[in-house]
Amino acid sequence: MEHHSTRPDWTQYQKDIADDHYYYARSCIRQNFFPASEQTFLRILKDELGKDILDDAHHTTCTGIGYHTDVVPLETTMTVVARNFALMTEAGYKNYVPSCITSFGLYTEILETWHHFPETLEKTREFLYKATKREFNIPENLAHTSDVIFKFRNEIAAKAKFRLINKETGKPLRIVDHIGCHYAKMFPGKGIGGAEYPYVLAGMIEAWGGQTVDYPERRHCCGFGFRQYFVKANRSYSLSASRKKFESMEPFKPDAIVNNCPGCPYFLDRWQYVTAESEGKVFGPDNKPIPVLTYEEMAGLVLGYDPWDLGLQMHQVPVEPLMDKMGIPYDASKKYLDKNGKDIGKPVIPELFKSSVHE
Amino acid sequence: MNKRVLIIGAGIAGMEAAASLLALGNEVLLFERDEIPGGHLKDWERLFPTQRLGSEVLDFLKKGIGSNVQLIHGTTITSAEKHEGRFKVVSSGGDVWWGDAVLLATGYDLFDATKKEEYGYGIFKNVITSADLEKRLLHSKELLTAEGKKPGRIAFVHCVGSRDRKIGNVFCSKVCCVTAVKQAIEIRQLLPDCEAYCFYMDLRMYGMKFEELYNEAQEKWGVTFIRGRMSEVSENIDRSLLVKVEDTLIGRPMRMNVDMLVLMVGFVPTKTTAKLAANIGVELNENGFIKMLDEHTSSNITNVPGVFVTGTAAAPQTISTTVMDARSAAVVVNNWLNSGGKA
Repeated sequence: MEHHSTRPDWTQYQKDIADDHYYYARSCIRQNFFPASEQTFLRILKDELGKDILDDAHHTTCTGIGYHTDVVPLETTMTVVARNFALMTEAGYKNYVPSCITSFGLYTEILETWHHFPETLEKTREFLYKATKREFNIPENLAHTSDVIFKFRNEIAAKAKFRLINKETGKPLRIVDHIGCHYAKMFPGKGIGGAEYPYVLAGMIEAWGGQTVDYPERRHCCGFGFRQYFVKANRSYSLSASRKKFESMEPFKPDAIVNNCPGCPYFLDRWQYVTAESEGKVFGPDNKPIPVLTYEEMAGLVLGYDPWDLGLQMHQVPVEPLMDKMGIPYDASKKYLDKNGKDIGKPVIPELFKSSVHE
Repeated sequence: MNKRVLIIGAGIAGMEAAASLLALGNEVLLFERDEIPGGHLKDWERLFPTQRLGSEVLDFLKKGIGSNVQLIHGTTITSAEKHEGRFKVVSSGGDVWWGDAVLLATGYDLFDATKKEEYGYGIFKNVITSADLEKRLLHSKELLTAEGKKPGRIAFVHCVGSRDRKIGNVFCSKVCCVTAVKQAIEIRQLLPDCEAYCFYMDLRMYGMKFEELYNEAQEKWGVTFIRGRMSEVSENIDRSLLVKVEDTLIGRPMRMNVDMLVLMVGFVPTKTTAKLAANIGVELNENGFIKMLDEHTSSNITNVPGVFVTGTAAAPQTISTTVMDARSAAVVVNNWLNSGGKA
């Protein structure tokens, strides 16, 4: 019996996603982890979809990680968020699209707080004005950037150069999705498809020819539960959380994992190196590790962008097996060259990863 | 001249109230939306705590209404209004009937288990409800998984849609705990090699013989009871189910593979009752059931003179208490009619 994405009718979880004119808020950490993903989002929005989006150099962190690790008090967090909203207001935008899931969850939480406790909103306005002399409007629309790509998934499909289909067999590739916890677990109504069976990434996968794979630990933490990793003594929890997911998805033979959170793809990618080196174990089909993508990288591959422009050489797990299945041509000799052709250095390839790369 | 009572709903409460009102000398019109009377009891194989057949109780109720109660089946009453001291009810087909009093016996709906997405009902084929299980047992003595295999382990989840603030139902449905005990015993009787587990918040064994049945389930039939609410159900590649639950007695999370999961769905007020109540001006209580004028002293009386309520339209009840409540309602309605609508 063929497994497929099992879920209730996702359309019961609808949310408004603005059509155009976005104020973009970057993630603190994504540019380090997956350096071309945010740039790829902007490229798709501007060049492929013709949308107006402001990439404002003046905005700051939302403080999300500091807030969730009890380093930054909520009042401070709300004031910092208010400053970002003030920048959006001053720039003449009303639609706020954060790249980070933690930010999206935090913005959602703050907007809900202000909605239910208007006095807190007024206090925040007062704090911001005292600190910066700035004023702000609440965004008319808040959507995560994966919501935006989901909204335009069919437009992207229409421009696709490659599809999530195995070119040898003609069958859909089997893609595991992993949704950041803060996307919908706190406010299920704010996520496409809700918290239990989110559809935001599944919708992209299906629109681009792939098949989503449901597996028992689909909702389990990726391993970046903040206290699991930021508290050094707890890091074994982080690894065991990721490992639990790998073990659970292994029987389903996934061709790739796709994510919409800053931390999830990082941990699902890097911990595969650790399990390969520490216990000689990989979890993908054909005794290979499972390539891990951000949704922007997946969209970029579908649109035919050069994989090295997408930053795929920065992944721990080689993405070449997925590109081979999709029939995407690439120049292996350029993998570790920068835009100017300069050698950026080649990492040591773990023994178990060697069959995934063309040396 | 005989007074005429319009009873809406021919489930247990409606049928028994009809029989009693008839015996008290009234003319009774009994409206039923289905083709045959009996309500949910029609779909129930065996009853707690004695495991007698549901059909035996149904036969008793049918005998009670006999041929003297006018059963108007296949008819949904959509509106009711008081006009010059009498009541006019209208069906969805536009037919009209008049009577001197209205007794609402519209019953309950089962909680829609798809609302608890974390349990996977409607998603995974081996997740079924207690009502689904009862229907299967009613029609077949063989219980197989969706893959046609004999189940080796079945788990029951109590309080699905009841005592759950998250979905807005804070009330206890009263019958689910003991139904789970009954069904777990039946599983062990039917499939002696199949393990049966009940996951409960707490066990409300308040009725006569309920506690004995719970003890028997453990001592004679080896049913395992684990206190803890299930957090998540997911499907393994072989279509068995991985359940996650916290055992709150030992304070540890646990994971278990089961072949089938049975969700003990509770009662919820019917939407059609709410519409009819709004139409006639009858108030609902905070849980959406029909509001009793006084829970202690006027439990069958609504805020609208001449409109009465019985059975699970007012609150979750067992079959035994529904039958008693129906008889009580019949007396209350009869007294009201005999007093010229003043009681």
